[in-house]
Amino acid sequence: MTQNVDAIVVGGGIHGCSTALHLCLAGLKPVLIEKDYAGRHASGVNAGGVRQLARHIPEIPLSIRSMGIWEQIKDLLDDDCSFESHGQVLVAENEEELAVCRARVAELNALGFTHEELIDATELRRLVPAVAETCPGGVVSRRDGAANPAQTTTAFRRKAERLGAIAREGVAASNIRYSDGLWHVDIGTEAFAAPVLVNAAGAWAGKIAAALGEPVPVETVAPMLMITSRVPHFIDPVVILRGRKLSFKQFSNGTVLIGGGHLATPYQDRNETVLDWKSLATSARTVFELFPVMRSATIVRAWAGIEAKMKDDIPVLGPSSRHKGLYHQFGFSLHGFQLGPGAGAVMAELIVNGGTQTRIGDLGIDRFHPSAL
Amino acid sequence: MTVAPKREDYDVVVIGAGPAGLAAAATSAEAGLSTLLLDENIGPGGQVFRAISSTPVTERSQLGADYWVGADLVQSLRASSAEVIHRATVWSLDRNLDVAVSIGGASAFVKARRVILATGALERPFPIPGWTLPGVMTAGAAQTMLKSSALVPDGRTVIAGQGPLLWLLAAQILRLGGRIDRILDTTGRRNYFAALPHAFAFLTSSYFTKGLSMMREVKAKVQVVSGVTELAGAGDGQLASVNYVAGGKRETIPVDLLLLHQGVVPNVNLAMSADVKHRWDDLQLCWSPVLDASGNSSVAGIAIAGDGAGIGGANAAVVRGRIAARAAVEALTPAAAAKLPAMAMLRADLARAERGRVFLDTLFRPSLQFRIPSGDTIVCRCEEVTAKDVLDSVAIGATGPNQLKAYRRTGMGPCQGRLCGLTVTELMAQARSKSPQEIGYYRLRAPVKPITLAELAAVPKSEDDVKAVVRG
Repeated sequence: MTQNVDAIVVGGGIHGCSTALHLCLAGLKPVLIEKDYAGRHASGVNAGGVRQLARHIPEIPLSIRSMGIWEQIKDLLDDDCSFESHGQVLVAENEEELAVCRARVAELNALGFTHEELIDATELRRLVPAVAETCPGGVVSRRDGAANPAQTTTAFRRKAERLGAIAREGVAASNIRYSDGLWHVDIGTEAFAAPVLVNAAGAWAGKIAAALGEPVPVETVAPMLMITSRVPHFIDPVVILRGRKLSFKQFSNGTVLIGGGHLATPYQDRNETVLDWKSLATSARTVFELFPVMRSATIVRAWAGIEAKMKDDIPVLGPSSRHKGLYHQFGFSLHGFQLGPGAGAVMAELIVNGGTQTRIGDLGIDRFHPSAL
Repeated sequence: MTVAPKREDYDVVVIGAGPAGLAAAATSAEAGLSTLLLDENIGPGGQVFRAISSTPVTERSQLGADYWVGADLVQSLRASSAEVIHRATVWSLDRNLDVAVSIGGASAFVKARRVILATGALERPFPIPGWTLPGVMTAGAAQTMLKSSALVPDGRTVIAGQGPLLWLLAAQILRLGGRIDRILDTTGRRNYFAALPHAFAFLTSSYFTKGLSMMREVKAKVQVVSGVTELAGAGDGQLASVNYVAGGKRETIPVDLLLLHQGVVPNVNLAMSADVKHRWDDLQLCWSPVLDASGNSSVAGIAIAGDGAGIGGANAAVVRGRIAARAAVEALTPAAAAKLPAMAMLRADLARAERGRVFLDTLFRPSLQFRIPSGDTIVCRCEEVTAKDVLDSVAIGATGPNQLKAYRRTGMGPCQGRLCGLTVTELMAQARSKSPQEIGYYRLRAPVKPITLAELAAVPKSEDDVKAVVRG
């Protein structure tokens, strides 16, 4: 027998979970479908960066909206998500890079965005005492920080469930179809129907969009991360580099997370990734050069999460350009974690109110289907 | 002296120089395949033949005739063309058969056409109250000191637990003049009845007479308390006493050293990190790789031999090593395989070596109360997580070991679950009324043994790296 609900959300990453929660807050009853378990892939195993810094301009309004939610995350979820706000710092390693930083901050200011702030060598050293002395400055976004991704994604799922969402983990959504004004989805032996379907299936979302007649230029990627044993506390903010692929974060327990976007080979159908140690060695070398204090730390574990990357590196967020009641929320291209809380709130507004105050116009799927509708 | 692998590609890379690895490497090299044997220890032998080429114990009877069998295996390996590197820690293996190995503080990468994992066994966790106190050791750790340095306990010593290794260690300690005050045997009374149907195979196996004489030898010198149903170590920052219940009677005795042992389980970390499929073995109460009759795993090109394939003991390990190597030879140079002993013969050898194993597995199946702790007893030593912490996390929605990581960081320390993994799986399975198979295990990740950042940084550059990279 088919169960009727208000919305079907496919994908239990932070985006699907956040959307499910915000739909509940708006008084709707969604079903959340996750083929593995909530946070199994990119949402649960990413670097946990809560970053407005260095974002593509089209997604900055969404990032700012999200930041406001992050700062109240404990009230929203009854879970602090281990969110800490010590800022994020973009380090320029030479004058040339600093000039690029200066131009970027000027550009943002001209657009009315003030969250990024140019800093000189003195302020950089004050924020990140351990950084190599040759670095002339950078950019800081002071409200940024980091959270525990698995804890956060799980907290969204749990709160959504407490507010009435039906969560189904461990079985994939199948037989997605539209008939008689309703979206129908099978989950194992169960069947659900709703006027709204949200495609938040991460690395698997491109296939769903294509099957529904909206193919998009998307690839599956698996950015690698590694973590060290505990080392004495030496850094508070998250650090990213202007010129090289590196992000760097020390947790309160002393472990240091090293990332930056080097890619593993994903085997999506098997939920597996094969790491590329030569690229991880590059990250290790960068850390070795920039943070001498880290040289004797040991690498305890490395991994990669599977996710979707759009050709233009910005997500797809908004209604379908072909089907009534279908919404897309995927393709966050290695920087979706911070956006999750805000994107869920915006998605609920689109579904419930038919619009949102947050500027997301450049993120629609219609950018790939200009002639549709 | 640091010796890096001589080549970048090998026909066969064997990991681990215990009985299975020694036999596999020798067989593969004798058949003409380019063979590299990588081993973490300073010399060949693995655990069972530890320090076989270097032990200061020269009186052969003290370590027993079985130990010295290892010397013959080492002999045939040395006579072969296999390249052997010791103090070599393999820290990554993937489905492309790329092997990353740390040797003398520098890492090298080699590619294999076939990998034979012979990573052996680990001691099963024994999570009783006080098991993390200084003064509590595993029997295996004590045996390592005994074999490599002829060190034996001289303070007040209690050995607790069960299994063949427990009795072997006790005998070896006594022969070398060490002190044992009491043996607390935790074998469950019901196990004797359960094992009975398998007794015939055991009585006619080589284990029987050897085991029996060893137990007699120990019992003649040490008080043995059987039927122990509760066990705890206590002390303020250091072990001071052992508290136990046997036959309904509680007793506390002052001790300096408590040696714990309740059997061994496959060391699955490297295999699991390579995404080799494993299943829960309900008799041996551990994860075992899913293998075909030649030891081939679910990942093409990776075979597993020895106790890492499921506990079978040293004799079985040697045969499994030969079988896995023969399968590799058959696949890579079929002509050379004709000169090796026929597969049917090897399989018959294996059946003989495995005879009596079911009896031992059934008799020495550890009791629930020694596998699944409760309350404040530590489960994860790296992150100091108690049984109660795990149960609390289950209550708020942690469904398996991987979700538990997000709540408690269990298994995320340097040991990568070696000391807590089985306990966490069984504890969560019990709490959620599921089977261990349904609950699953940690997803394990390379490096399976930690390497320093400096060592990784020194890895030769990749081609991508030479090109300019711009932040995406």
